[in-house]
Amino acid sequence: MSAKGAERMVKGRRYPLPDWIQVLLGVFGLLSFTIQTSPADVKIGAMTCLTGALSSFGVSSIQGAKLAIEEINAAGGTLGQPIQLIVEDNGSKAGETATITRKFISQDKVVAILGDLTSSATMEGAPLAQAAKIPLLTPSATNIAITKIGNYIFRSCFIDPFTGTIMAKFALDRLKAKQAIVMTDVKQDYSVGLTDAIRQYFTQNGAGILKTFSYSSGDTNFRTQLTAIRMARPDVIFLPGYYTEAALILRQARQLGITCPFVGGEGWDSPALVQVAGKAADGNYYTDHFSAADPDPRVQRFVQTYRAKFAVSPDALAALWYDGARLLSQAVKRAGSTDAAKIRDALAATRDFEGVTGRISIDENRNASKSGVILKIDNGEPTMVEQITP
Amino acid sequence: MSRSLLSLTFALLICASISFFGENFIASNFAYYYDILISIGVNIILATSLNLVNGYTGQFSLGHAGFMAIGAYASASWSNHLDPVIFGITGGSGNPIATNAAMFVSMFFAGILAAIAGFAVGVPSLRLKGDYLAIVTLGFGEIIRVAILNTDFLGASRGLSVAGTYTNLFWTFGSVVLCAYVVLSLVHSTYGRGFLTVRDDEVAAEAMGINTTKYKVVAFVVASFFAGVAGALYAHFKAFITPEGFNFFRSVDVVVIVILGGMGSTIGVAVAAVLLTILPEALRALAHTQFVPQAYQGLLENRLILYSLLLIVLMLTRPQGLFGDGTAFKKWFGRSRVN
Amino acid sequence: MDKLIEMLQQLVNGVSLGSIYALIALGYTMVYGVLRFINFAHGDIYMLGAYAGFLLAPIFAHTFKFGEFDTFTPQNTLFILSGAGLIMILSMAICAAIGVLIERIAYRPLRERPRLNVLITAIGVSLFLQNITQYRLGADPKAFPQLIPVHVVEGLGNLTILTSQLAIIIATIILLIILRFVVMKTKIGLAMRALSLNPTACSIMGVNNDVVISFTFALGSALAAAAGILVSMDSPSINPLMGNLPGIKAFVAAVLGGIGNIPGAALGGLIIGILETFVVAIGFPQWRDGIAFAVLIVILLFKPTGILGRVEREKV
Repeated sequence: MSAKGAERMVKGRRYPLPDWIQVLLGVFGLLSFTIQTSPADVKIGAMTCLTGALSSFGVSSIQGAKLAIEEINAAGGTLGQPIQLIVEDNGSKAGETATITRKFISQDKVVAILGDLTSSATMEGAPLAQAAKIPLLTPSATNIAITKIGNYIFRSCFIDPFTGTIMAKFALDRLKAKQAIVMTDVKQDYSVGLTDAIRQYFTQNGAGILKTFSYSSGDTNFRTQLTAIRMARPDVIFLPGYYTEAALILRQARQLGITCPFVGGEGWDSPALVQVAGKAADGNYYTDHFSAADPDPRVQRFVQTYRAKFAVSPDALAALWYDGARLLSQAVKRAGSTDAAKIRDALAATRDFEGVTGRISIDENRNASKSGVILKIDNGEPTMVEQITP
Repeated sequence: MSRSLLSLTFALLICASISFFGENFIASNFAYYYDILISIGVNIILATSLNLVNGYTGQFSLGHAGFMAIGAYASASWSNHLDPVIFGITGGSGNPIATNAAMFVSMFFAGILAAIAGFAVGVPSLRLKGDYLAIVTLGFGEIIRVAILNTDFLGASRGLSVAGTYTNLFWTFGSVVLCAYVVLSLVHSTYGRGFLTVRDDEVAAEAMGINTTKYKVVAFVVASFFAGVAGALYAHFKAFITPEGFNFFRSVDVVVIVILGGMGSTIGVAVAAVLLTILPEALRALAHTQFVPQAYQGLLENRLILYSLLLIVLMLTRPQGLFGDGTAFKKWFGRSRVN
Repeated sequence: MDKLIEMLQQLVNGVSLGSIYALIALGYTMVYGVLRFINFAHGDIYMLGAYAGFLLAPIFAHTFKFGEFDTFTPQNTLFILSGAGLIMILSMAICAAIGVLIERIAYRPLRERPRLNVLITAIGVSLFLQNITQYRLGADPKAFPQLIPVHVVEGLGNLTILTSQLAIIIATIILLIILRFVVMKTKIGLAMRALSLNPTACSIMGVNNDVVISFTFALGSALAAAAGILVSMDSPSINPLMGNLPGIKAFVAAVLGGIGNIPGAALGGLIIGILETFVVAIGFPQWRDGIAFAVLIVILLFKPTGILGRVEREKV
């Protein structure tokens, strides 16, 4: 195919790149190999979404984790050494968590991994951690499939079925609901998982789910669905989605004259919910891991310290990652060494760990057995209604 | 055997040997760099295939991630459901023949399916020009993504776990070599003349009796095939795929590589792919050193801000990309491939 | 009767949604008319308009008592409207300036180059605007301040129309009338129309093409900003990526109506808005976004010049 009689045009050895590009290449090349890690410390890798679409969640989470590690180091660290928290950002992009996990394992040689924030990101990293036999603890990913990956994968928050169950149970027992409607965010795995759990509990206990309506994250107009919902007159509407859409749904529902209460999950947890929904938020309920208004002194101490350091109140993610980081460090301490297998066993043996999000025990499925809270929004403030323990 | 075919076989053999001797060593001890290497391979395939459409044929496609998605999900479903059949034939999943056969079949299926999709999308859309084509391909990319999001057996929003991480250096760089071979062969044939003609002046081409639609569709289908292959490699490496990973921004990532490399230069685009795959990791390392003041770290980590500025600056100052149309490379390698 | 009311309801929803698309589509179509170029970054001007309102409102909150009124009464209506109007006009002015700036920096130098280059630049500008907003103001959704009281309009029986929806529709009509006046009855409007027919002849006739083009960008951006404010009054949650989808749908609307044709853009916007609402109403909310793309593909296959468009002959 190519000509046999090719011309040779060697006019000196000129590189095809301008000089400045070569310099830049050199600098980057060198830099990417200068990753320093100090030898001795106990290293924990934390991965979350610090930039990108989910950055506000990521920032909360890492602030909670950093606060925990600072407190532990101030008290002398673990195993006599300070803990080094290596933080990496997955940019809210798919595929990054796998790269970061590999980096933690082979480059930084961490003793354990804290993360990721979302279920889909964790699903990327967990198989790698399992294969490398490095313990991984996620403080906030709620999909049940995660801990099924292997015995090195743990979770310190409750799982979607639990959330869905307590939402349904609350509606049945406290709100005496007979007929409910569920609005599912079909784009979010979290919402779909909760919907399934709610439906299951409701039908098992004799009440009826009239209909399920769907919407997608990113939608801003729900009047079409709400108009139909209004006709159906449910006793309660389940809204297991994120606060971004929930706020608008609450607003538009009240504007259309829907008066029944809404019940949501921890996806509602954000000050933006009340800001956007205004008065429409009042009178609704949601489950959460944690309430900043909880009078428990440990919770209040955490809230004060967090507020002093970061100038905002901690949200559920900050609290979860605070507990997650502390739980992980405590497991390292109980293991008595940086041996991965021992840390894994220590994690599996966690019982009655006192966290700000409740008393945590790791069960035989490596999920957390702990209490949740039901909050009611009154006058723009979430107030604690009750604590639910499984 | 012609010289280029010989080079192809030789290159494939090299890949196979590196993989055979070095694979386990690299994968276990340098997992992070291994990850970067595989990502480089995948990006090179994506970029060189897109370059065929955007660069050589001058058709602006913004939906490449959609075909990658089809490839990824096709190969994932294939592996998840049909691997047991293959293992039945090869006698268990332990031996390398089994895993490699599974990978090959899976990749092939992915490429074919993506190529079919490319044909289906290309035939109606390629009548359009410039901006319209860009938006329509963007639209198709989104439609594909939304369709996957709404399909339960593909995992929908939960994502899909992929059985079998078969991707290794051989398959990745073997595919890179194959893709480069196919693209360069096409370009240096009458098809290549056709592509360039369509790019330079479509109306004149039509007037000369050249079936411009045929050339456009050929470029599009070949590009989609390799995008599908890249998707399969990606799926079997990351072991978990979500529709969000194949959105418009992924397409933009590939487009930036093609533009940086210089549309119309395969080698330039490959080098740009290497650069832009390493860049985020280098930035990550940079963020950990103390060179950058805290306030600007977020800016560094925010890849898209840098990319967008890069796009604007490139278009304003050096639209031919870093390497233009590759003539500089020709000088360096000291050989002209003009017949 | 109930069914009829529900259909009317959805029609109102559709028209108010369509008005937003129409306002954004006008910007696309006007820029295409004078430059034969699709401004990819236009949807992000809409987003910037919303953010401009978000940042401006607290400054005037005290004077105009934003958020303190619960309903419209004959006494406070004028006051409320003047407050909201001021924010809208300021936001329109800011975005007009931004639009002109973008054209000057990123598009004008590329006017003689192949169109592909400027399309890529536009994508770069769009991404830049989104990500710099994300970086500086946060990626999480912010609550847009309440500029007008939002409640159901009295006296319509079972028909639930909100004041915000009414505001969108009325404001769009007013803006369309103003636009029509500018384009048809002013000198610069005449210049715009002439430029879209033949730029060379225009400059020969003594028109300063650069000024007209800048004016077109300013006008289009102002309308997009107005859309941003109006939609935020209705759905008070803004985020840096909010311009993506409406931008694409508005582009489809512009193409549907005939790209380059101003009444066409408005018509296209309405059609897309109504179609989208009905797709959701009959029970397929997950295809709400896909329907716009489907329309685009159908239109480009069967009538690429759009409903009101003219066939353009390409001379070689």
